[in-house]
Amino acid sequence: MIAMAEPVPGKSIQLRVTQSAPIRLVAELECGPGQLLVIVGPSGSGKTTLLRSIAGLHRPTLGMIKCGDHFWMDSGRGICLPPQIRRVGMVFQEYGLFPHLSAAENIALAVEPESDTAPLERARTLLEMVNMQGLEARRPGQLSGGQQQRVALARALAREPSVLLLDEPFAAVDQQTRRKLMRELARLRRQLHMPVIMVTHDLDEARTLADTLCVLHRGETLQTGTPDDVMSRPRSAAVARLVGLDNIFTGEILAHDTERNISVLQWNGQQLECPLHQDIAVGTRVDWVIPAERVVLHRRDRPSRGENENPVSGEIEDYLALGANTALTLRVAAENLYLSVPTHVARRNNLARGGKVTVSLLAEAMHLMPTG
Amino acid sequence: MNHFDTTALLLSLHLGLLTSLVLIPFGIVVARWLAWHSFRGRNMVQALIAMPLILPPTVLGYYLLNMLSSNGPMGGLWESLLDEPLAFSFEGILVASLLFNIPFAVQPMQRAFESIPMVIREAAWCSGLTHWQTFLRIELPLAWPGILTALVLTFAHTLGEFGVVLMVGGNIEGETRTISISIYDRVQALDDAGAGLMSLFLLGIAFISITIIYALHDRHGRTRPW
Repeated sequence: MIAMAEPVPGKSIQLRVTQSAPIRLVAELECGPGQLLVIVGPSGSGKTTLLRSIAGLHRPTLGMIKCGDHFWMDSGRGICLPPQIRRVGMVFQEYGLFPHLSAAENIALAVEPESDTAPLERARTLLEMVNMQGLEARRPGQLSGGQQQRVALARALAREPSVLLLDEPFAAVDQQTRRKLMRELARLRRQLHMPVIMVTHDLDEARTLADTLCVLHRGETLQTGTPDDVMSRPRSAAVARLVGLDNIFTGEILAHDTERNISVLQWNGQQLECPLHQDIAVGTRVDWVIPAERVVLHRRDRPSRGENENPVSGEIEDYLALGANTALTLRVAAENLYLSVPTHVARRNNLARGGKVTVSLLAEAMHLMPTG
Repeated sequence: MNHFDTTALLLSLHLGLLTSLVLIPFGIVVARWLAWHSFRGRNMVQALIAMPLILPPTVLGYYLLNMLSSNGPMGGLWESLLDEPLAFSFEGILVASLLFNIPFAVQPMQRAFESIPMVIREAAWCSGLTHWQTFLRIELPLAWPGILTALVLTFAHTLGEFGVVLMVGGNIEGETRTISISIYDRVQALDDAGAGLMSLFLLGIAFISITIIYALHDRHGRTRPW
């Protein structure tokens, strides 16, 4: 193997790249050591290209990629290190295992020659770490999808990489294996001290695993933050849509009430109270969003005092029992309001298509976003 | 009278060995390039490589003879350097053999390299393997059935080629008389026993070669040899 750059464990990865072809990229991200950054976005949004740029398999037109103080790519100075030197651990979506080598040999091949332990010995340790003991001699063709994924992960870790990159690691396995692998990854990553960057189009996966979530759309990193932050306070209607929020509406700021710490929003001829947003001028049109779980049904069987908080009435347009919960679509004026109620509550209140109900939009959960 | 022309057989084996020795490394480079690169004129290059498969041996032989003769570009150069003619010599039929065997060497290897997914090579680079290490430890073992196929085909086809060799080399004992030309020779001389014996030998070689190729591809999964 070629001479390696000094190992740099525990350094953060920084990236700022732009390009217009072959696929647009306007991306900026940072991931600290031990942190799990999940890049989420629809297919074709440039997730894989971004990951390949970090690995050194793709060279973006402009920008820089840094690991600690070490530049992996800097278009200004014409620097672009090959993957061999960058020392990345990459788990490909299709795994890319070497079909002619056993599981242990696949991993041993990636162990640094100057490493203290013998490659095959290290391969065994790594296979144990991903719960694959006893399957060392199997070839990839004799392993299930989930097992291949584990071997690919062990191989990616064999070099003691500066960064671990996971490209849709659970895309090719069945639901059950996916849940199991996710739990294992969540457990495993506590032992890892390098930045971990994963891309996925699956929001649940992203929310479950991420320390930091980055929303990518048409190659552009729209918003980065904790999953909670991004999913409840999206920066724009576009982000809100991408993180799966359904209740996205447009209204107009009517007034600010600093005494009560609220702003008043006009929506569909109705006045709604929301958290104070003095930075938005009165009369401005804004996009606003409320998570479906913060829309509360007024129950006939159990009226509560909270019912004068932003009451909105509508007709049940759609009623879909999904096991423990029931998804309701409410027709309010010309718009659809989505909410979810426990199925037993839906039954007890005799909810049915065409029925009239009233709900409260919890003021503190209403989030305003500048239109753009 | 010895019916079996051992001199011709040894000459054929010698020719086959040299042809394979030169053509396999050359073929690996060309096949790998064609498998993984797209460039303008790629189809034309592939068509050129496939030409010997469809051209009548006489046409190929005619052009080769023109090229190798003392007045031809290659023959002329050869003669000015070494002071001996290239046409009707062993070196002449070696040049011819190298040319008419190109598709037999390149095509199976190109298919073999094409069947290696890009992601496997990228995974190798990400695992720290240099391009050269990736070639030796990943690409070669995976393309191995294709390379062996190319080797067997080239060798067997060299033993069997008749028309081109006759046109370029004539029929000089110990110099250009290969085993297939010797068979023709024996038929002309009404030596049916000799022709039969040598034909049977070539038939056996052909059958064994093809069987080896199928066995190779069977063992390495469900790939087709060509």
